[in-house]
Parts: sequence; structure tokens; C-alpha cells
Amino acid sequence: MNKDTISKMVFFILALSSISALALITGFIFIQGLPLFFKVGFANIVFGTKWAPSQGSFGIFPMIVGSVCVTLGATLLGVPIGVCCSIFLVEYCPASLSNLFRPAIQLLAGIPSVVYGFWGLLFIVPFIRNNLGGPGLSMLAGSMILGIMILPTIISISEVSLKDLPRQYKEGALALGMTHWQAIYSVLLPAARSGITAAIVLGIGRAIGETMAVIMVLGNAVALPESILDPIRTLTTNIGIEMGYATGDHQQALFATGIVLFVIIMILNSFAQYIARRK
Amino acid sequence: MDNPVQNYKLKTVGINLYYGDFHALRDISMEILECSITAIIGPSGCGKSSLLRTFNRMNDLIPNARIEGEAYIGNQPIYGSDSDAVQIRKKIGMVFQKPNLFPTSIYNNIAIGPKSQGIKNKGDLDGIVEKSLRQVALFDDLKDRLSEPGLSLSSEQQQRLCIARALAIEPEAILMDESCSALDPVSTLMIEDLMKKLAENYAIIIVTHNMEQAVRVSDMAAFMMIGDDRAGMLVEYSNTEDMFSNPKDERTEGYITGRFG
Repeated sequence: MNKDTISKMVFFILALSSISALALITGFIFIQGLPLFFKVGFANIVFGTKWAPSQGSFGIFPMIVGSVCVTLGATLLGVPIGVCCSIFLVEYCPASLSNLFRPAIQLLAGIPSVVYGFWGLLFIVPFIRNNLGGPGLSMLAGSMILGIMILPTIISISEVSLKDLPRQYKEGALALGMTHWQAIYSVLLPAARSGITAAIVLGIGRAIGETMAVIMVLGNAVALPESILDPIRTLTTNIGIEMGYATGDHQQALFATGIVLFVIIMILNSFAQYIARRK
Repeated sequence: MDNPVQNYKLKTVGINLYYGDFHALRDISMEILECSITAIIGPSGCGKSSLLRTFNRMNDLIPNARIEGEAYIGNQPIYGSDSDAVQIRKKIGMVFQKPNLFPTSIYNNIAIGPKSQGIKNKGDLDGIVEKSLRQVALFDDLKDRLSEPGLSLSSEQQQRLCIARALAIEPEAILMDESCSALDPVSTLMIEDLMKKLAENYAIIIVTHNMEQAVRVSDMAAFMMIGDDRAGMLVEYSNTEDMFSNPKDERTEGYITGRFG
């Protein structure tokens, strides 16, 4: 074997190991979680509203609703701020200021999620309790934290897609007598639509998968929420809270929760890739 | 011409353009006649495009660009303290080197300009789209395909559509920055025919590297050169026929006979 073949083999094996990690984890989750679906019934798990593992009830519908609601709230808060921020960075911000802004936004991505959660617990939760009522630990608190946490994803990907547009689009728009804002709104944003949509979908994927920060502020009650001030539990926090002591069917139920989460995130990511590729 | 002074559409008076410290255009004064084609020719880097872009203030987009002197459309100053670049650009359409259609439908590419000026009525927009496409002789070909993406057309049709898009905002003059340079010779001739037709109603300025093209289409020709200090300057500006048959300046003669540039 010559050196080229050897180095090729080494790289191939290392590359394979990263893929096999994915395959192992996926396989393990499905092997552990799937049997319960057959034992209890798919509908009883996915659409069941009663979660009482010790009594054999494994309904995770409240958690699915919880994940969807918290994520929706985070999207409503984070997307307008994130997209406007990327427009500002690309179109309005002087270079000196954007050199300050960009690292700051990257830093936002570097803060550990437990720190977000801790900050939320000490500031956002009491703020909601004192000003809006309820226990403070709530869907709203989780949405606010996640809305901030998805900003770096949304801002950096939308910024790239706006920046990569050919200069000719903007020139053409301005030459037609459009104002700067009209050029952004009616030419640049539609042209960058696929990139911005991908940014939003990836942000949603990040929000739905986040665990630590939301465990600390959601209150984690297993119930269908009636208001944004109610405490709720998401799919991720369900696993995070109970994994320490779960055994037997209970443990399998947590893996089943993982399967549902896995499928949701897979769908979101494939959707994001599909949109980003369709130009 | 009875009264040539009244006959100009665009005019520059002592224009000096700087990009930072770089002096790009030196003291350029010229008048562009109404309903005619004026060709700006000259070697690469002599400031032809910069001069063209002073008329619709596209140089404003370049950071550090600074302009001295004044330009006029009709009697209206283009750079005066009261003038607004957006208002000026509504009066002066521009067609670029490469077709730069927006990634949207044929219809929207044309309607987007009038829409930005507040025309919302669907019937009015339909009328403008049809009229603009007829002006560039595309309507019969495209009338059943208006919802298709503009980028699905051939380059020549795309460039025609860019011209239609510029006409849709009802400009008073049209600037064309090497607008045929990305086209094959047959398409170029077709666009040139269109230019001549449009010149019945509009003042048109073209920048071109192609001297045959200048001879074929233009009524007036301006020859620019890089001066000793690297600044672009206007060497000779006259009737196209006169310039190419009997250039007054020996540098013009040198360029058009192919001795340099």
C-alpha cells in the first residue's frame, strides 16, 4: 500500500466514526423506545394526555403541545428581532459598528444554556410573577429565553443570505427610483427568501431541542396549558427531569419521547435543507 | 437646430468626481440632446461609467465618493441641496452591463417600479406592463408567460426586459452602461434597433467599448481619456459622423484608428 492509500483509509475511518456515532445513537434510541409503542399503542402515547409512568400511562401529548407552544412563542419573539437585526447589519450599519455587533452576536451563541436558564430563573421568572401574575415559571418565560437563544442562528444565516445577493439587484432597484427601504423590502428580502426561511427553520430546530435552559424556567407541570402564564413541560424537559430515576417501561417511555423529538427535528432540518437548496 | 441651447435634456457643468483621494473625473461639461443617442467612448478605466452614473447619482452608493460641479435634467439640478437622488432616478432609467432582472416573474419585474411609486390598481399595472413590453417588442412573445420567472428568458430577452423595466417608470432619459457587451452579435444588433426606436422619444446615453456600435447607433459621440494625472477627462465631443470622419483632436484620431487604447 502506498502512502496515499493509507492516508485515504485513515481519513475514511475517521469520517466513518463520526457517522457511526450518529447511527449508534439513532439505533439505540429506536431499539429502546420502539417496543413501548407496540406495547402501549402509538395513539395512547402520542395522543394520550395522562402521564403517570408508575400507573402505566405514558401519554406525552401535553409535552408535544408544550414543545410546540414554547417554540412558537420563541419564534414570534426571535424571528422579527433576528431578521431585522440582519437587515440592519447588512444594509444600514456602518462597518465600525458591525465589527462590534457581529462578535457580540457570536458571543450570544457561546453562552452556556444553563447560564441562560439561571438568568431566566432569577430575572425573567420573578418579573413575570410580579407584573403579569401566575407562578412566573411559565411558557412565556421559556419562550423569552428561547427567543434570545435562537437569535445568533437566525441573524448569522439571514445575514449571509442577504450579503450574498448580487450587488446588481440593489443597483437595479435603486436605479428604478426606489428608496433604500423599498429596495430592501420589495427586491432584496424576496430574493433572500430561501436563506431567511432556512434560518428561521434552523432557529426553530434549535428552540425545540433546547433542554437545560427551559427546564429551569418552564415549571414542568404535565398539563395542557390554558394560558401563556401556565407552567408546562416540553419533550426535552420530560427526558431531562425523569431520566435520573426512570427504569423499565418508564425509561422506555423517555426513549419514546426521544423518538418523537428526533422525528420532529429531522423533519425541520430536512425542510431547512430543501428550502436552502431550492434557489 | 434653431435653438440648440433649449434642446438639451441632460447637462453637466464642471463636474469633478473623487473616490476618496482618487480624482476620477476632471472638469467635465457637456450637454446631451433630447431625442438622440449619445455614445461615450474611450479606453478602459477612463471614467465612462463614472460619468454615466453621475447623471442618476448612482455614484452616491460608493462610500467616499464626492462630487463637485452640477448636473441638470432639464432645468432641474441633480446635485443641488434641494434635489433628492430617489426623485432624480425616477426620471432617468438605467440599463446595466449584464441583465439584472430580479428573481421574480416577468410581470413583477416590470410592475415593481410603478408599484414602488404608489400605483396599486391591478388594471393600471397591467396596462403599464403591456405598454412597456410593447415598447421593447416583447409583448407578443411573452403575453402568455408573464407569470414565468424573468430569469428563464434568453440573455437578449432579459436585457430587453431590463429596458422595459426602466421604461415602466416613465423616465425622461435612459442610461445604458455597455448594455450589449454580454450579448452575441445578432442580439446586439436587435438591441441597437430598439435603441434607435426609443431615441425618437428619449434622450439616451450609452457607454460602449465597441466603436462600430457607436458609429452605428449614436448621433453624438464623446471621447474620454485618462489624463496625465490619472483623472478621466472629456477630449472631444461632437457629432458622431464628424468625430469618426474628421476627428479634431489627434488623441481621438489615435483611439478611433486603433493606435492605442
